[in-house]
Parts: sequence; structure tokens; C-alpha cells
Amino acid sequence: MTEAVTEATKSGDVHLLEVESLVKEFGLRRGLAERIARKEVAPHRAVDDVSFTLDRSEILGIAGGSGSGKTTLARCLIRLIEPDGGSVRVDGIDIRAHKGAELRELRRRMQMVFQDPYASLNPRMTIGAALHEAGKVHNRPGSDNEQAFVSRLLGLVQLTDRIAPRKPRELSGGQRQRVSIARALAVDPELIIADEAVSALDVSVQAQLLNLFLDLREELGVAILFISHQLAVIAEVADRIAVMQKGRIVEAGATQEVFAHPKDEYTQALLRAHPHPDPRMRFVS
Amino acid sequence: MSAATVDAGTVARSRRRGIWTRLKRWPTTVKVGVGIIGVLALAALFAPLLAPYGPNEIDPFSLLSSPSGQHLFGTDDTGRDVFSRALYALRLDIVLALLVTYVPLPFAVIVGALAGYLGGWVDTIVSRLADVFIAFPFIVLVIAVVAIVGPGVEGFLIGVPLAAWALYARLARAEMLVVREQPYMLATTALGFSKTRAIFKHGLPNVLRPCLVYSTIDLIGNLILLAGLSYLGFGVQPPTAELGGIIADGQGYLLTAWWIATLPGLVLVLFGVGVGLIGEGISDRGLERGGR
Amino acid sequence: MSLLEIESLRIEFPGEEDEQLVAVKGVDLAVEQGEVVGLVGESGSGKSLTCRAVMRMVPEPGAISAGQVRFDGEDVLALGTSKLRDFRAHSVGMIYQNPFGSLNPTMRVGSQIAETLKVNKGMKRDAAKKEALALLDRVGIEDPEHRYRAYPHELSGGMCQRVMIAISTASSPRLMLADEPTTALDVTTQAQILKLLAKMRAEEGMAMLLVSHDFGVVAQACDRVAVMYGGHIVETGPAETIYHEPEHPYTRALLNSVPELDSAGNVQRRAALAGHPPELAEVIPGCVFAPRCEHAKQDCAEVAMKLEPVGPDHASACPVRPYANAGARSVDKGQRVEA
Repeated sequence: MTEAVTEATKSGDVHLLEVESLVKEFGLRRGLAERIARKEVAPHRAVDDVSFTLDRSEILGIAGGSGSGKTTLARCLIRLIEPDGGSVRVDGIDIRAHKGAELRELRRRMQMVFQDPYASLNPRMTIGAALHEAGKVHNRPGSDNEQAFVSRLLGLVQLTDRIAPRKPRELSGGQRQRVSIARALAVDPELIIADEAVSALDVSVQAQLLNLFLDLREELGVAILFISHQLAVIAEVADRIAVMQKGRIVEAGATQEVFAHPKDEYTQALLRAHPHPDPRMRFVS
Repeated sequence: MSAATVDAGTVARSRRRGIWTRLKRWPTTVKVGVGIIGVLALAALFAPLLAPYGPNEIDPFSLLSSPSGQHLFGTDDTGRDVFSRALYALRLDIVLALLVTYVPLPFAVIVGALAGYLGGWVDTIVSRLADVFIAFPFIVLVIAVVAIVGPGVEGFLIGVPLAAWALYARLARAEMLVVREQPYMLATTALGFSKTRAIFKHGLPNVLRPCLVYSTIDLIGNLILLAGLSYLGFGVQPPTAELGGIIADGQGYLLTAWWIATLPGLVLVLFGVGVGLIGEGISDRGLERGGR
Repeated sequence: MSLLEIESLRIEFPGEEDEQLVAVKGVDLAVEQGEVVGLVGESGSGKSLTCRAVMRMVPEPGAISAGQVRFDGEDVLALGTSKLRDFRAHSVGMIYQNPFGSLNPTMRVGSQIAETLKVNKGMKRDAAKKEALALLDRVGIEDPEHRYRAYPHELSGGMCQRVMIAISTASSPRLMLADEPTTALDVTTQAQILKLLAKMRAEEGMAMLLVSHDFGVVAQACDRVAVMYGGHIVETGPAETIYHEPEHPYTRALLNSVPELDSAGNVQRRAALAGHPPELAEVIPGCVFAPRCEHAKQDCAEVAMKLEPVGPDHASACPVRPYANAGARSVDKGQRVEA
């Protein structure tokens, strides 16, 4: 199964992202009584031995319900949460082995877009200021000319310059998500982790954002790790898919193949439960 | 990349309300409160211009004279115009209260915000320290400091921040614990921003709100505390004009020259009512700016 | 006579600058006995408010400013306090989106069901408990004896939703209002709840008004569908017709945006609708969808939004009718859409 997720390395080429045996445990706090009785409390593994790879211009979907560990996984990749085991390699360099300036540089290459459009932007900063700050901190080329820099970024996400002096509260949910994506792009990442990035949006706006992700992949060559609990959304964008349950990847492969011939019980259950929008295809009672 | 743009222009009118329209919508209580405070503050600011006499100017021919055209609040036992004294006293009180509330505030808030963001031993130290200071009854602590330092303004200026910092630090810390988990803060880590930038540029401005709201209430508390301390003889010393001090002086004359204690006292009460109305009005509205 | 008749319903809110914002702008809707009608739409469409209006539970400061709501011929909006309570207790039931928030966290779930029985059906304590246990079993909760004593936080989201269904079906209402009942649930749990609702409907002959933004949910559960946009109903019809032969441009665009499993392996851009649903404060003259509609004509800014029949049991508010002879819909893909 690991083979299905881990594409065979072309000779000499290193994967953009290579995750191997990643583990994250949340130790349950032991109460006083348990401590006295020296009771062993098994820690909960939110991410349990997860491995996969991702290459440039690829879109990998991570599917799973609540408690599957997909969000914890995303946060471990950029060390927002510290993993307990395994490795996360960006272009062969293990992000866990570095700190300070090197860590910052590695993080720059993997940016994250979060689910909540309302809380993803600092409510007190104008859009232009937020975008410019990101570029300036990393000394991106062109960041000394604020106006041009911000303008280019807004254009990448199909927004006009009129957005720049505004504050987040003046924008719609879809516009805010575009700004979050623009902020991620400000540092020229090679990989974007979209953690339920379209889940909080209206369906029609969602479709626009999915188009945007496809455009970015095509025009910038950016790879995308697309996390969602909605299988249909993943179907719209992902080349490959990994299905997570209770911290483990239970099935993985080309999206079409996994949907057509699911081998794992959980995947089968997910597909069976999916409500098809065509009334002619109702659940068999 | 296609230059097609999404309708960047359509931003709902209702989202772009100006400050003025928002202010107009505040409940009447707040507006009345602001009005009262505004009048008093202006009076205090222009005290030297408005006061017909100096605060310690003696008119030997009008001792204990009742309010009149010449002396709006009457005169006291040494012939000083009570109205002028009240104005200068108000000015001093306001300035001291502002100093003692807002000078320590930034430090306390920063300490609390750091504790909230960094956690670990920083948080433990700050929290335990704050616990100790909060456990002391506020007034007792201030009086203890005054007792050590001696009568005079210094006791007040040192004692109050010593007792109050912990409250602001705690408020800031609690707010930071929430702000820290917001995606825009997580983004600062993902974007590789330094912790300093995350805390000061992104965290603090969003943490400040509840602290500022609380400070308005705190301000009046401190002003009244100062008046109280001076009344007891521990604060501002005579002959400097101070509202509490004037009241204390006039106490002995309540039956004969009621105006010395009562009228300045009313000024104090008015100030309290004004701030109280503002505080109540603000908390009702919840003051939601930013975010949604 | 339909079981539920909503006519020209109008719901308004006071706005920021003391103007009146109209969230529901004149809605006509009917639900027949035993029928399941889906109310589908995006943010700001007014679907949730419409649902709440049936029980006269529009959250303040919003208020119904015009229109009629008739249940079994009786005017719901004119009911006095005790008759209204009666109506809410026995004729209509409601289930909400948040399974945990809708149950009292300090009361055991069994007691909450029993309470409804005691208050609304006048049962005595022991009879109520027995009936509550039977209800728990009917909604598919295993080990009802044990679960009776559980607190809401001890149960999963799906189980809480089942409890809520038990509570609201306890008095056998003839109409169930379901406001996004499965949005907060996992897809597998959602499927179970939808099956449960179908079962209750079959057993009780209960009619249902199901509000959802998810076309999949609506397709699974509903006989008929009403599509809402910007406070208006823009199209109604049988679920199959709406999906396969939608008339209104918004319905078409919306369906085109719905992600489908079949896209797997055929990843392409969709012809997405530009812009976003209108804000409450935006006043759009004429057809509320016209600014975003690719078929809009001059007149569209002057028409009144009104549903006109376009087929048997099929009505649309679009006077232009660009899809009148289009036949079955297929997804428009691969086109780049300039906004």
C-alpha cells in the first residue's frame, strides 16, 4: 500500500515532499489517582505511522472524517505541532532536523491555507499590508516595491487592487480565502497545504476556488496537499488520494481507481454513504 | 494567468460603516456618559482659564461665604474660592488617575501577552506572581505601600500599579490564549515570522481590546481611590487642591458651610456616573470590531 | 388543501443604519400531506428563516412583516399564545443543525425525551419513561436502557441527533421541520440519519420541510425541491426534474458547481459562477440573480420575481427561459470562464 502512495522515484530525482512513518501522540494526562496507582494510560495516536510522497505540480487529496488525524497531520508537516516520530523531507531535507533560519526557509516552501476564512486573516491589518509583510519578511524578489508586489499577488488569485486597502471584515468568505491563498503565494512556496480550505464556503464559491487551485497548479507548478472530509470535492481536484482513518492511511492510489475499486472497508463505507446529488441514485434502503 | 477578476468591487455597504456612523449608534447611556466626562475633562483642561481665582488665593474678606455670583461654590475657612479649587483639584485628580492607569498598562499587557503566547516557565512565573498580587485586597496593598513610603502622592503612584498590573496581565493572557489559536496567528508560524513579530505585531493589537475596556472602569476606580486616600490624609497633601482633600477639609463645616464638602463631592460623583454609564453601555454592545 | 401553505412571506431585519433589510422577500411554498420538500440555497438565500417562520421562531430582531402561513387551513401567524404552544407541541416538530447545542447539557437524554411526553402528552412519569425507551429504540439507539441515563456530551453527534429526532417525533407531528439536520455530522452518520428520517416518514406518514445547502442530502431525501436565492424562491419542481432539467439559470449554475465523485480521474475546471450571493443590504432591482446571470436581458432589471409554471408541477421565476428546450442537463466542464 505504501507503494501506491509513494510514487517510484525517478532515478536521481528526489520527491518534493516525502513523509515517512510520521507519528504524533497525544499523551492523555494522568489524573492524580491514576498516578498514585501507577496506571499506564495508553497515549492516543492522532497520526499513526503515516507515509506518502508528493511531487511538483501534483495534487494529493487526503480524505477522512473527524478524528481521522488529517488536520493533525497537516500541522505536523510544517511543525505547527511537533511530531513524535518519523521524518518530513522537503527536497530531501528533513524539516525535523533543523531550526532557526533553516527551518524558516523550509517552512517557506510549504505554505498552509486554513479552513476558516473569517479567522485566517488578522482583523486589524489591511490586505495589502498583510500580503506585503509576508513577502518582506522573506525578502522575496520584488517585495521592496509594495504596490507592485501586492498587485501581482492579488492578480494571481483573481482579485483587483481595490482589495488592497481593505480590511478582512469588508470582504466575503470567498474573497478572504483568495487572500489567504495570495498570502501563502507571497513567499513563493512549492507546496500548498489546503486544510479544508473550501469547506466553509458556499457551493458556487467553492467551485471558483477549486478552479483557482487548478489554475495555480497549472501556471505556477505548485503542488497541493488537499485535505477534505468531502470525497466529491477531492474528486474534483486530486490526481491521487489517501484515505485516513484513526490516524492511519487505510487506502491510497489514483483517485479514479480508489473510487472505482475501493479495497478497504472504510473507504467502501465512505463511498456508500456519499449522497449523490442525482435523485435517481438514492441509497438502496 | 487570466486577468479576469472576481467582483472585487462589491463590498456591502453595511460592512464599511465609518467611525462616525458607528458612534452615532451607541446607546444613549454611553452618549450621556461621554457627554458628562467630556464636559468635566474640558473643564479640568482649561482650569487655569476657567477658574476665577487661584487654588490657594485668599480673599480675607470672604471667609466661609456661601455660594454667590462672586464665588460660585462659596469660600472655605481660609477664604479660598471653592469653585476654583474644585477645578484645579479635578485637573490634578484626572491627570494622576490617567497616569496611574495608563502608564503601567502597556507593561502589564505585554507581560500577560507573553505569558499567554509562550507558555512554559514564563507563563508559570507570571501566573503565580499575578496570583499573589491579586490575592491581596487591592486597597490593603495600596495602603501598605503608602504606609511604607509615607503620605504623599508617591504612595498612590507606586501602590496602585503594583496592585493592578496583575489584573491586566491576566486579562491579556486569557485573551492571548484564544488569539494564539486563531488561524491568522498559526499562519505567522507557517509563514516563518519570528515570535517577536507574531506577538507584537499580530497578537498584541488583538489582545488589547478587553484590557482597554476594563481600563475605563479602572480609571474611575483609581480616581475615587485617590480622592479617598487624600480624604484620609494619605494621598495628596494640603494645601494642594484635591477633591478628596477639599471634602475632608469641609467635613467639619457640614452644618455651617455645607458647600465646601458637598459641591466638590458632587463633581466627584458626576465623574463616577459618567464613567459608569460608559462602562455599562460598552459592555452591553460587546464592542465587536474586527473579526466578523 | 395543502398541509402547509406559505404565501408571500416576507421577513425583515433592522439594519446597521436603521433601514430595514429584507431577508425573505415574498416566498410562496406548499407542502402536501406526507410529502418531503427540500429547501435548497446558499448563504443569504433565506431558507433557514423561512423554515423558522413556520413555527414563528424567527430569531430577534428579525420579524415576519408580511405574508401568510397556514397549517391545515389555519392561520399560524394569528394564533394566540396557548394555541401556538399547542401547535408547536403537537402539529410541528423541529430538528436543528447542532446536535449538542440543542440538548440540555445538564439533563440526561432520557429525561429530556420523557419531559416532552409529560408536558405535551400529559403522560405520568412511569408511562413517559417506558415510552421514551421505546422511542430511543425506534430511532435506532442501541442499549436504550443504558443510554437513557446518558448525558448529551457522552453521546456522539449522530446519537444526539437521534435523540433530537426522538424528542421531536414524540408527539407524532404531522410536519417535521429539519434545518440542516446532517451538516454537522460525518458522511456515514449522515447517511444513517437520512435513512432514519425516511423510516420515520414511512411509518408515521410525516411530511417534512428539509432545509439544506447540500444538494446531495436534498436529492436523497426529498420528493420536491424549492431553490432559493437572495430571499426568493427561483424554482420549484420534483427533485428529479430539478436535477436533470432545471429551468432557472441559477439552478443550472448551482448544479454545475456541485462537486461530483464522477469527476475523479477527469480533473478539469468547471464553468463556475462568478461573484457571490448578494448581501442582505444589497438591493437589486428586478431579478435578484440578473447581475450574475449570463442570459440576463435589459428587462431583467425590471421584472417582478414571480414563479411561473414551466411544466407539470414545475415552476421557475425566470422570464427569459434560456433553457426551455435544452433537454437534459450535462455538466459544463473544461471551459474557462472570464468573470
